[in-house]
Amino acid sequence: MKHFFTILSHEVRMLLVSPSTYIAAVAFLSLMGFFFTGILEDYSKTPQDMSPASVFFLYYWFPVIFMVPLLTMKCLAEERRLGTIETLLTTPVTTTEVVLGKYAAAYLLYLVFWASTSGFFYILSHFAGEAHLIDPGPILGGYLFITVSGFFFIAIGVFASSLSKNQAVAGMLCVVMLAAFIFGGLYLAHAPWLEREALSPLKEAVMYADIFQHYEDFTRGIIDTREVLFYVSGTVISLIFSILSVEAKLLHS
Amino acid sequence: MPIPPQPAIEVSNLVKSYAGVTAVNGISFTVPKGEIIGFLGPNGAGKSTTMRILTGYLPATSGSVSICGYSVVTDPDAVKKRVGYMPENNPLPDEMRVSEYLYFRGRLKEIPRGKLGSRIDEVLELCDLKRVRHKIIGKLSKGFRQRVGIAESVLAEPPVIIMDEPTIGLDPHQILIVRDLIASLRGRMTVLISSHILPEIEMTCDRVLIINQGRIVAQGTPADLRREVLGQSAYEIEAAGDLGSLPFLLGAIDPGLSVASEGTPDQYGFRTIKLKTLNAEDSGEAILRACMSEGLRVRALSRAHPTLEDVFLAATRRSWDAVSSGPGTRT
Repeated sequence: MKHFFTILSHEVRMLLVSPSTYIAAVAFLSLMGFFFTGILEDYSKTPQDMSPASVFFLYYWFPVIFMVPLLTMKCLAEERRLGTIETLLTTPVTTTEVVLGKYAAAYLLYLVFWASTSGFFYILSHFAGEAHLIDPGPILGGYLFITVSGFFFIAIGVFASSLSKNQAVAGMLCVVMLAAFIFGGLYLAHAPWLEREALSPLKEAVMYADIFQHYEDFTRGIIDTREVLFYVSGTVISLIFSILSVEAKLLHS
Repeated sequence: MPIPPQPAIEVSNLVKSYAGVTAVNGISFTVPKGEIIGFLGPNGAGKSTTMRILTGYLPATSGSVSICGYSVVTDPDAVKKRVGYMPENNPLPDEMRVSEYLYFRGRLKEIPRGKLGSRIDEVLELCDLKRVRHKIIGKLSKGFRQRVGIAESVLAEPPVIIMDEPTIGLDPHQILIVRDLIASLRGRMTVLISSHILPEIEMTCDRVLIINQGRIVAQGTPADLRREVLGQSAYEIEAAGDLGSLPFLLGAIDPGLSVASEGTPDQYGFRTIKLKTLNAEDSGEAILRACMSEGLRVRALSRAHPTLEDVFLAATRRSWDAVSSGPGTRT
């Protein structure tokens, strides 16, 4: 892991000079800003029983689906397209270090984007002055959920990028995989055909992987280690597959 | 640096096959320290594949490769630390500045932070890149990019440098610069370069390996190769007069000397006569004297040097139909 930080700092710099990062950042912040003002308008008209933070974080899937691909689609696909992976891997660097460095850089940026939304809550608390709107529980839970689920989402993006030489293909693949994970669980959890007795173990597994359920638990303050384990193991598996994919493609290049 | 006994590069019975196609088929060679060796071969001969295996980027199907005594398979890290590699087409990240790129590469190659700055200055100076050190690589011309690639490969002062077609796509002036650069590494580093441009190889390399269809078809110094593959020297005379007795005269000088072709006379009566012999010694003076004594008017006499190009064509042709023809194949 000697070279992990070298690659990490290089990748962060590369992301900071890449236009797609800024597109992602601007789109993300304006979209989340719209959501937030929309939520506040609803709250100012009629009182609601949920805190605005928990409603706000419910929209997490929307930025995830377009922001994660923009951050990760380039990382391995571009290296292979340009051939710089060859110069990279002929230095005393292992594939694991390369993949982890790129992963960590994308994840850091993802966190920075989300952290910047904390400005919304600051502005709200500063100007609204109504304590019931700012409930620290759901805000913390929401950010914690973003932090933990981000591990997995970014890993999926890195994996998608390792599969193709083409950034656009990697990006689309990433969107599809993220959508499958985020909505697949939601859809299957409410699918009537899974209600049958014989399928109950399957139903249980699906409920376990339902990301919206995890979200609800987190914002309620329930930090279930099984759920954390779900994201961590998903991340590890995706990263292992990414490393294997990069190495397998070398053998057949 | 004292020269240890083991060679810089040692390859034996290297085989690499991809999905049924054998790209490299039983190559063996050794390169002593400090030598510049040229790798020649037509497209698809297995040059790049061999180089990639040498750097540890691709695994070999069978055979063994060691760099400075370290096996590529069991000690890939030690090998990667000792090899500076510039791949084909010299891939570089377009968004970085030259100095940033060299800094990043230097860190990856484990050059201590304290030394890196001065080492970068040195290679920038060596490759004449000082003017562009703050430019973005994507905006550099091809010649500069190529030099950035070379600077990068010599950055960590590795004992072995492997460059895949370092002069491809450069103009003659830039080729000259790159050639001088490679020649300046002679003795300090072992350099393996591949190229299509034969005069390049001939001028810079101490030894040449010609490979075709995954096999080595000839190896040696350019001069040895000429002798071995072509086995003959040729002369060209421009002369006027009666040529009838020439064959007898030539036979007297050297029994193997014969007229290969006779041109048609130009407006002054001079014609170009090509002679060839298997004798490698220079008998130009004797030929000239014989012609004069016969009253032939001689305007020019030259000894035609077979170029590496001829050798290359002969050697690869010989390997295309290795079964049917022997070493005496004509060019």
